[in-house]
Amino acid sequence: MILDGKCPSGPLAEKWDKHRQDMKLVNPNNKRKYKIIVVGTGLAGASAAATLGELGYNVEAFCYQDSARRAHSIAAQGGINAAKNYPNDSDSIYRLFYDTIKGGDFRAREANVYRLAQVSNNIIDQCVAQGVPFARDYAGYLDNRSFGGAQVSRTFYARGQTGQQLLLGAYATFSRQVKAGTVKLHSRTEMLDLVVVDGEAKGITVRDMVTGKISSYAADAVCLCTGGYVNVYFLSTNAQGCSVTANYRAYKKGAFFANPCYTQIHPTCIPVTGEHQSKLTLMSESLRNDGRVWVPKKKGDKRPPHEIPEDERDYYLERKYPSYGNLAPRDISSRAAKEACDDGRGVGPSGFGVYLDFADSIKRLGENTIRERYGNLFEMYERITDENGYKQPMRIYPALHYAMGGLWVDYNLSSNIPGLYVLGEANFSDHGANRLGASALMQGLADGYFVIPYTIADYLAKSKPGIVKVDHPEFKKSQEDVSALTTKLLSINGKRSPKEFWRDLGKIMWENVGMARSEQSLKKAIQLIPELREEFWKNVKVVGSGDTLNQELEKAGRIADFLEFGELLARDALDRNESCGGHFRVEYQTGEGEAKRNDKDYCYVAAWQFKGTDKEPELHKEPLTFETLQLAERSYK
Amino acid sequence: MDLKLYVWRQKGPDSPGKLEQFTAKNISPDMSFLEMLDEVNEELVKEGKETIAFDHDCREGICGTCSQVINGIPHGGQDKTTVCQLHMRKFKDGDSIYIEPWRAKAFPLVKDLIVDRSALDRIIQAGGYVSNHTGGSPDGNAILIPKPDAEVSMDAAECIGCGGCVAACPNGSAMLFTAAKVTQLAMLPQGKVEAAQRVCVMTEQMLKEGFGNCSNHYECQDACPKGIKVSFIAKLNREFIKASVK
Amino acid sequence: MGFLSSTVGRKILMAITGFLLLTFLCIHLLGNSFIYLGWINAYGERLHSMPPVVWAARIGMVILLAVHIFFGIKLTLENNAARPQAYAVKKNVRATFAGRTMIWTGLLIAAFLIYHLLHFTLRMTNPEISSGIDAMGRLDVFKMIVLSFKNILISGAYIAALIAVGLHIFHGIQSVVQTIGLNSDKTLPCVESTGRGIAFILFLGYASIPLVIIFGLLNFKG
Repeated sequence: MILDGKCPSGPLAEKWDKHRQDMKLVNPNNKRKYKIIVVGTGLAGASAAATLGELGYNVEAFCYQDSARRAHSIAAQGGINAAKNYPNDSDSIYRLFYDTIKGGDFRAREANVYRLAQVSNNIIDQCVAQGVPFARDYAGYLDNRSFGGAQVSRTFYARGQTGQQLLLGAYATFSRQVKAGTVKLHSRTEMLDLVVVDGEAKGITVRDMVTGKISSYAADAVCLCTGGYVNVYFLSTNAQGCSVTANYRAYKKGAFFANPCYTQIHPTCIPVTGEHQSKLTLMSESLRNDGRVWVPKKKGDKRPPHEIPEDERDYYLERKYPSYGNLAPRDISSRAAKEACDDGRGVGPSGFGVYLDFADSIKRLGENTIRERYGNLFEMYERITDENGYKQPMRIYPALHYAMGGLWVDYNLSSNIPGLYVLGEANFSDHGANRLGASALMQGLADGYFVIPYTIADYLAKSKPGIVKVDHPEFKKSQEDVSALTTKLLSINGKRSPKEFWRDLGKIMWENVGMARSEQSLKKAIQLIPELREEFWKNVKVVGSGDTLNQELEKAGRIADFLEFGELLARDALDRNESCGGHFRVEYQTGEGEAKRNDKDYCYVAAWQFKGTDKEPELHKEPLTFETLQLAERSYK
Repeated sequence: MDLKLYVWRQKGPDSPGKLEQFTAKNISPDMSFLEMLDEVNEELVKEGKETIAFDHDCREGICGTCSQVINGIPHGGQDKTTVCQLHMRKFKDGDSIYIEPWRAKAFPLVKDLIVDRSALDRIIQAGGYVSNHTGGSPDGNAILIPKPDAEVSMDAAECIGCGGCVAACPNGSAMLFTAAKVTQLAMLPQGKVEAAQRVCVMTEQMLKEGFGNCSNHYECQDACPKGIKVSFIAKLNREFIKASVK
Repeated sequence: MGFLSSTVGRKILMAITGFLLLTFLCIHLLGNSFIYLGWINAYGERLHSMPPVVWAARIGMVILLAVHIFFGIKLTLENNAARPQAYAVKKNVRATFAGRTMIWTGLLIAAFLIYHLLHFTLRMTNPEISSGIDAMGRLDVFKMIVLSFKNILISGAYIAALIAVGLHIFHGIQSVVQTIGLNSDKTLPCVESTGRGIAFILFLGYASIPLVIIFGLLNFKG
């Protein structure tokens, strides 16, 4: 099937305005009769629930955490982009749009990205009005910085905790609506199924994580704001509870999964220390402005760094990419680190790490300057590793960080199932094959505050409220399915813990579907994952019972979905015979190791349709047409 | 290293609870405290026993989910460190470690080390926001904010809502949490409009939830993993006086 | 919600009443120090020659005490109720012994106050030593004090009570400043140490009298 993104016609800059005029409205008196389910309370979910509640809709919000304030958006450090052009450095909506499309390696929709750039400015105004304490200059104006290699300073920030502040801002407005009674929050409640009635999304089935009760909620529309799926790699910078479950179960109910192979790797994370490792911690990329990346030239060189003389060090980024050096883009420097370690030249106890050395900068600028710039990061590094980054080089290693792929949505953020909307990282829409720094926060809030309130009304206005009630047989069936799955997980009583399977899956994914993918490695993953899945269903041991708080059961359910989703991700990666953005196929690279796109054959969105757990999914394509931009090669030489 | 753990086990809010002893074997100093508990839980799974339930999520010290009183100190006592960022190198082979949940009437126990902190959410719901509407906000630079004010506001805004202050407070008071939000918003022109109303309803809600009263022990400040200062409580008190004399 | 039912409002009330009681303590100490100058009997006479002032002060004190004690007990009960289950292990990193025992030192002071009034004001506990008349026909306060404090039990009771007073003030002064919102990060350490200093001075000032009497440094002639 050829998918239609439903982008409005007309000149790029006028599409959104025109579309807003064309969409239907819901009468203010009728809004409260419409119930909308919002799953997830991160930037997208909290902002959507708050805005829809404020408009008068009857919103039910769900999150697996104990509070809406804890969603993983909170961990974003760097900042949020907007085309304000406050620094007068010639930024504009067009420029932000262009940078985002180019950064995404021309794999995103023009119309979506332009709209994102347009509403970016409203986001800043909105957040300032909420009392988000953005950084200010001495005159009291909002401060901006350049981020992620952008040539303009368009990033707004709140120290190193921008995500936290934006989320708490959204959480505050959300809380106001909870108080007002327009939003009802169900915390510690995990969505385990999407209920589709006559082809339209009409509710969800959830498990109360405290009592174990499985129940359903009916609504007129469902918004999934459930984040990304990179925990399929086991180790990532995501929170422990981040999973693909909500999205995957919607996928199993017919929603298309788009571009799952687009995953982003962050080069400056703190390396793994052993099998016990549960997550990876990211340090701001800005460290690479003053740190030099190196490994020993000799394989297996176990000498401490200060004993390795200068001429026995390999400053591989400076060597391979003389003009960008240590500032080479995320994917390039990540791959280079992996290559060095795979070559046996990795450092640290595990051998999976490279040095990030500040000795030269400290000599040149003094320790105090470095402390001023990165003091908090050095502290964090020391807290975790017990090493002093001023005295010895830091050790870093790449880690999975963000998912550009997600459920397929059209311009209205509607999935292919009418009534099912997908927002934020959970959808695939705006970042193409690679996301720019400080753009994730922008997208989550854009979707929630400024897009969904308009587009969902257009859908709701076309139907009567409350047509489907929770006593509909589909809900009963959904609950039975979910209960059966829970019972099945608990009854296997095998030998291995869920975590062991998760770790094994992570290894398969990291080795074969990680930073550098090949036809061979992907085929291997597609063979290994079903084997592991089969073993899981025979040999997993889930202790405890289903009618109480059971973290092992929660984990097992999520891992079960990862064990299917990992295969889908690998299949998508295998299908995409090109390298672009976060998807790198070793077969498709330029002589200099740059990603080589194939615009002739792969300038499309790959949207996968579920056909059965052990059946191959069906590929649908949405061709990407560029009306305004010329496709160009991404070059960082 | 090997450690002796005394962990609070309680099946549910109404069941009796007790400290149960576990041995954590072969613990690497590089493990985080939660990873050490993961290892203990993996062993329990092997033995077919129910795992120790504890709250955690981001494991990088920002989400505020992890909540354990370790050897009598919330978050374990390392300066500005949440449980998830506490590492085992701070302990010695053979150490005994007592692990208990946050204890407060306003935080009913859910299971083992997990408590229900929704009372903190309700304090925010009472008035911890600016009642602005989505859309129609003036330009971000329309109201200038002196940098020092923005900095104080940000200092207060760093609160992660973990509830460690309540757990530490001899009175089980949530004053530091409440004061952080009151201060963050009172420092900004956007938040000043509702400042008088806010301080009253938030402190009222705090009491309704069953938190204790602040009696200036400052135990909260030392326990806070984000360095939230008790000077914000003084600021809250000022805001309250201002609101009262208005 | 009313000021009196607010957690902050009641704190402020505790702070204000506490501060006024502290002011009284300072004035009382000044009065006591007349003993070293030999003016104590004159001071007593002068004070009692102004019944309206004395009675106004007494009524004021009763109100202050009633409010301070009533809310002190109420807040403490609430605070105790806020943690129904105690920790098996709990360390206090910052909270002081003085701070945590405010209710006990407070109750001790209240009990002492009753004894103190019975002893020196109503002169009911030791009538044999407290009804002397001096050469000028005034109540012999000096003799009464000296004879009382020569009794090691009475001195001991007073000094014990003064320790309670000292501890109460040790926490109380900085608490007052914080509660009325005058603290900042910069002033807090200074306020804390000043408060503790004042507590110590008040304790020394008050305790000096029984001490010098016990050690025989202050005695009446004849």
